[in-house]
Amino acid sequence: MLELKNIRKVYNPGEVTEMCLFDNFNLTVDEGEFVSIVGSNGSGKTSLLNIICGSIPIEGGEILIGGKNIAKMKEHKRYQTIGRVYQNPAVGTCPNLTMLENMSLADNKGKSFGLSFGINKARENFYKDQLSILGLGLEDKMQVKLGALSGGQRQAASLIMSTLTPIEFLILDEHTAALDPKTAEIIMELTGKVVKEKKLTAMMVTHNLRYAVEYGDRLLMMDKGHAVLDKGAEEKKHMQVEDILDVFTSISIECGN
Amino acid sequence: MVYVELLVSTLTQGLIYALLSYGVYITYKILDFPDLTVDGSFPLGAAVTAVMMIGGMNPYLVLVVAAIIGAVAGLVTGLIHVKLGVRDLLAGIITMTGLYSINLQIAGSNMPIDRSIDTIFTAAPTMMLFGDMSLMHRKFIVSIILAVIVKLLLDLYFKTKSGLLLRAVGDNDILVTSLAKDKGTVKIVGLVIANALVALCGSVVCQEQRTFSSTMGTGQVVFGLATVIIGTTLFKRMGFVKGTTAVMVGSIAYKICIQLAINFGLPANLLKLAMAVLFLIVLVLGDRKKGGASRA
Repeated sequence: MLELKNIRKVYNPGEVTEMCLFDNFNLTVDEGEFVSIVGSNGSGKTSLLNIICGSIPIEGGEILIGGKNIAKMKEHKRYQTIGRVYQNPAVGTCPNLTMLENMSLADNKGKSFGLSFGINKARENFYKDQLSILGLGLEDKMQVKLGALSGGQRQAASLIMSTLTPIEFLILDEHTAALDPKTAEIIMELTGKVVKEKKLTAMMVTHNLRYAVEYGDRLLMMDKGHAVLDKGAEEKKHMQVEDILDVFTSISIECGN
Repeated sequence: MVYVELLVSTLTQGLIYALLSYGVYITYKILDFPDLTVDGSFPLGAAVTAVMMIGGMNPYLVLVVAAIIGAVAGLVTGLIHVKLGVRDLLAGIITMTGLYSINLQIAGSNMPIDRSIDTIFTAAPTMMLFGDMSLMHRKFIVSIILAVIVKLLLDLYFKTKSGLLLRAVGDNDILVTSLAKDKGTVKIVGLVIANALVALCGSVVCQEQRTFSSTMGTGQVVFGLATVIIGTTLFKRMGFVKGTTAVMVGSIAYKICIQLAINFGLPANLLKLAMAVLFLIVLVLGDRKKGGASRA
């Protein structure tokens, strides 16, 4: 279970551009929950994910995972239990390393990187099996450098890489935003499948309202650092894209957009 | 005959300096870290070598100690950059500047090594194997062995988990963080290995020339960067050639260019200027092939 208690986040503290995003923000995510988060630009969606992962500091509050406060824990330590897929497909993989090397790195997550051989040939078939789930033929590109693949292929690979080892949380940061509609659809379907199969707790930020409605069992809408809409599994089942679009538009009008 | 001798000694220089190129290859090419520590850690390796040789230490052991002391210089730059948050270029400049004084403290501005002292080129094991050769050929053979052994060790290291992580951090450090590894630590490891190699090179150069001079570090960064860019550009289309092989060839090619310039009558005072111009040419040509010049 993830709990955010009284989170306070101020950008540029003490400067003219000081901006308080979160003040006393609270959120609880249950184990196995798949939360879709929507909201306009600057509403705090990505900041929320960055706060959980430790990519940005907070000015106050607690971040509890399984009851343990991780607010002071270093970013890389938190990734022991967190997997993350980013908006930019280039961020989830190493462009100058081959698929096999990338998979080997991901496979060793959380373990020590010592002087034993980096690539375990015995695991190659396991990697191929995992990649074949994607149905993109990536299992035949083990010796290809990731930089030579398309954005969609790289994003698919980074989804597999981030969930290759046992993790508790999957953080999806607009991970379909940079892809063409067809590839985005494939990646999204796959995400749903992976989250279900591996029984992950997932938080997905998206601008695609349809994905937000179709996937996940909870829907959050953020606005100026507040959750203005929070629908659980039952309510969400009966929701349509139009319903959230209406709320979304009314918020945007208030903002003067 | 005189040309063959010139060629052999130039090749020897290129092979010895390949050790430095490997170091710069790790920082510049793999870590994407322009490390200026090199201008200080190269003479540092030479300074401790001169002192230890005169003190009577085994010349082979001297190589190891020089490399370890160079590693400490890399560690300092790494800590300044990672723990104190100083920019990469500035962190290197700070260490390099400090090392200049330290080198003067260690060995003064000049320290010649007497002919009576054995170097790695004249000590017992080398003489046993290659004793019947002339000193020049012996130097050539020993530098081949050194350059190749270090190259093979590095190639092996790059295949380990630690080596893979090192390559990953220069490629995409965000990924390293999401592998639950501290990217700062990985960078420090890279700087430590790189400067150990640079100091090792300084030690070999000192033994070969039988002298230390406090100014011998000047321009070594430029040399290292140029050889890395020459090497990797030459072999860009040949994926099977390892980076270490490429920079070894780059180092040899560079030394040949400089030797040619000297043979065509370049005054010694203009040597560094020639090096700077050669580096500029290499940078611009290397960039052009990448398609970088098209932005102009």
